[in-house]
Amino acid sequence: MAVAFTLNGAPAVVEAPEGMTLLQALRGPLGLSGPRFGCGQEACGCCYVTLDGEPRPSCALPAQAAAGRRVVTVEGLGSPEQPHPLQAAFLAEQAGQCGYCLSGILISAAALLAREPDPDEVAVRAALEPHLCRCGAHNRMIRAVLRAARMMREEERA
Amino acid sequence: MNLAFGFPLGQAGNAPHLPGSLRAEPRLSRWLRFSAEGYVEVTPGKVEIGQGIVTALAQIAADELDVTLARVRIRAASTPGSPNEGVTSGSLSIQESGIAIRHACAEARALHLALAARRAGVPADRLQVEDGTFLRPDGVAAGSYWEQAEAVPLEVEARGDVAPKAAASRRLAGSSAPRLDLPDKVFGRPRYLHDMRLPGMLHARVVRPPARAAALLECRDGPLPGDARVLRDGHFLAVVASEEWAAEAAAARVAARARWDTRESLPDERDLAAWLDATPAQGSEVARHEEPAPGAAHLVSARFLRPFLAHGSIGPSCAVARWRDGGLEVWTHSQGIYNLRADLVTVLGLQAERITVRHVEGAGCYGHNGADDVALDAALVARAYPGRPVRVLWSRAEELAWSPHSPAGLIDIEAAVDAGGMLCRWRAVLRGNGHSSRPGRAKDPTLLSAALLDPPFAWPVAIDAPMAGGGGGQRNAVPGYRVPSLDVSMHRLLEMPLRSSALRGLGALLNVWATESVMDELAESSGQDPVAFRLRHLEEDPRGAAVLREAAAMCGWPGAAGADGVGTGIAMARYKNTGGWCAVAAEVEAAEVVRCRRLWIAADVGEAINPDGVINQIEGGAIQATSIALKEAVRFDRLNVTSDSWDTYPVLRFSEVPAVEVRLIGPRDAPPLGAGEPSMGPTIAAIAGGIHAALGIRPRQLPFTPDLLAAAME
Repeated sequence: MAVAFTLNGAPAVVEAPEGMTLLQALRGPLGLSGPRFGCGQEACGCCYVTLDGEPRPSCALPAQAAAGRRVVTVEGLGSPEQPHPLQAAFLAEQAGQCGYCLSGILISAAALLAREPDPDEVAVRAALEPHLCRCGAHNRMIRAVLRAARMMREEERA
Repeated sequence: MNLAFGFPLGQAGNAPHLPGSLRAEPRLSRWLRFSAEGYVEVTPGKVEIGQGIVTALAQIAADELDVTLARVRIRAASTPGSPNEGVTSGSLSIQESGIAIRHACAEARALHLALAARRAGVPADRLQVEDGTFLRPDGVAAGSYWEQAEAVPLEVEARGDVAPKAAASRRLAGSSAPRLDLPDKVFGRPRYLHDMRLPGMLHARVVRPPARAAALLECRDGPLPGDARVLRDGHFLAVVASEEWAAEAAAARVAARARWDTRESLPDERDLAAWLDATPAQGSEVARHEEPAPGAAHLVSARFLRPFLAHGSIGPSCAVARWRDGGLEVWTHSQGIYNLRADLVTVLGLQAERITVRHVEGAGCYGHNGADDVALDAALVARAYPGRPVRVLWSRAEELAWSPHSPAGLIDIEAAVDAGGMLCRWRAVLRGNGHSSRPGRAKDPTLLSAALLDPPFAWPVAIDAPMAGGGGGQRNAVPGYRVPSLDVSMHRLLEMPLRSSALRGLGALLNVWATESVMDELAESSGQDPVAFRLRHLEEDPRGAAVLREAAAMCGWPGAAGADGVGTGIAMARYKNTGGWCAVAAEVEAAEVVRCRRLWIAADVGEAINPDGVINQIEGGAIQATSIALKEAVRFDRLNVTSDSWDTYPVLRFSEVPAVEVRLIGPRDAPPLGAGEPSMGPTIAAIAGGIHAALGIRPRQLPFTPDLLAAAME
């Protein structure tokens, strides 16, 4: 069954048989690499995307559930040429080690900053709570999100 | 792994006088080559596992060659394209690969300058190198690495007579260059092996048995999604499909249709100590000396127990294999590509020359996880589909339950101080499985699915490296404190119900915690401050004393008595007794659960090629150790591991991560000592000390969960 939705701002159509998850559609026929498989049980956060602006795991969600909705992956946040402030801040803070968890964490952080431009550290930790990082780069990531929030507020004022 | 243990010699032979891995592979061309197009390709045998080694090695090369970082291209390791540096483990990559690259680059630079000097008619020491271009004293260019790329043959062996730059004149090594791999990772670009897509690639999943001891009786036929098919090879059961979703869905269906004969083979998880005590073992002496010692005035005797632990990589293990023209190509995130190849040779009956193994980055592994195992899985499926690349991705359950586990163990320590409050006696006896089932080191393969084939291969029981090679279970079992009477021995189990292998820190996790706990208890029983007591025994180890003093100063030791239920512990160790020094202070809050709120860490790892990378590693190790201390234990019944999800194997989450402050101290021009693991043991020990300060109990069993702490109170 063909499923049509908006993917990172552009229309996308994918042939999604029953049993295909949104993550499998994104990484398979749609050719993305940002959303990552970590557990398949919505328990680690690697596969997060936003669905109509809400961050959520894509690894157990049927691809068909995305029909008609807006899906954003880490690729939709920014590019090396035009990085999202979060991506710039994660590079500035060197916030990562193996990096496997970063795509999902950036998605949740972006959703946080979209609804709360001036979060405190507790709010950042709460927003990232669904995400596991095994390398122990958590504190750098928290600093990076707070730095991005400052950058975005300054941009807003400018 | 390191040079002293199981390290193979390069084709060119042994060169014991050369530094680092040049010993095993002295030919310069195996380490670097210049391109006429203006870059230098560096080919280390060590691999990126999230620790930032690619960046640090590039810094070393750029510095020694006097080129910008952008001109250095680190090529991922492959057989036979890179030197055989054994396994990327043990916090040894800078010492082994970094030092080899530093010296190889120094020699290559000298060869190039010699030619340029001859051509320009000036002495070589009058030439300057500026971003790879050689400048005469008058500023005129006299060639470059790029122009001379063809003219200077690097097919020569290192001579060991060219000194690298003095520490003071290094510009890149010692600076926190941004990581070269991080941009791809924050933009979600394909970089991991998991992202690799080859034309015609098939997707496969393995269907694991419901028990460790199991035989496949039958697999009923039935419809499968898409074009999925079942593959059976002995008791190895897999599904293969053109599309990943179909392979994934088919695996679940086939699992429900397979019937297995199972047998109970695992010990009683609730009484690991009894199992460890009762299992046959091979005893050996670790260290022993007997000097005249005064009589004991205060004695401490205690037993410390740790469970099996999982690596818990965030990305499940993955591999791609292609069987073509009687040969095999494997893409893997293994830590040791030559070691993996050796086991593939044994299992598949191919000659080594017929197998090419290429490293591609995966998620962080923290030791010997499923990376090697899944490579065999992919090879077995690929053998059935010649010409087609086959990608196998493990499930979360496979990663947590079927990867090798870090073995449970116990240590009994009996130690005493004399009437003057000095250590006079130390006895320690260790018991547990070995900490290495790395491939490529034994006659039989260690790979998971090798035991499912017909005929099956028997996994060798896990071994421990000798102390000269860093040790395994006995790592850090010998205290770094001066003691006149010392007797440390170990008993390595000769049965292995759960496949055991290396996890970051190996035996240091248990041994540093146990040693430091006993030190705290001896200080307490003899009425001494724990920091002052340790310092009295570190007079011959000034760098150890310095990190301890620094951590104590950072946390304001001993501080005023805190609120109820809050306490600070402090601990230190020199990793492996030969690596980096690290002291950690932990502030612990004990309410319904124990939380670690803050960590203060002082470390001396000698030369830090990339200080920010070192801090990242030290902090990461401490946070993983916090997770191990407070939460982690592999759970199992008599048939199988049951902690096969993040619900059943919980790890530290964002809300639980302590604030961490890291300071690097010590001589920056001293040899580099490795940063990945030294903080782990001291962190566990400091948390245990904090629990004692907060609750008045000494934890005796990991993890420090409410249940196990309550048991310790009784």
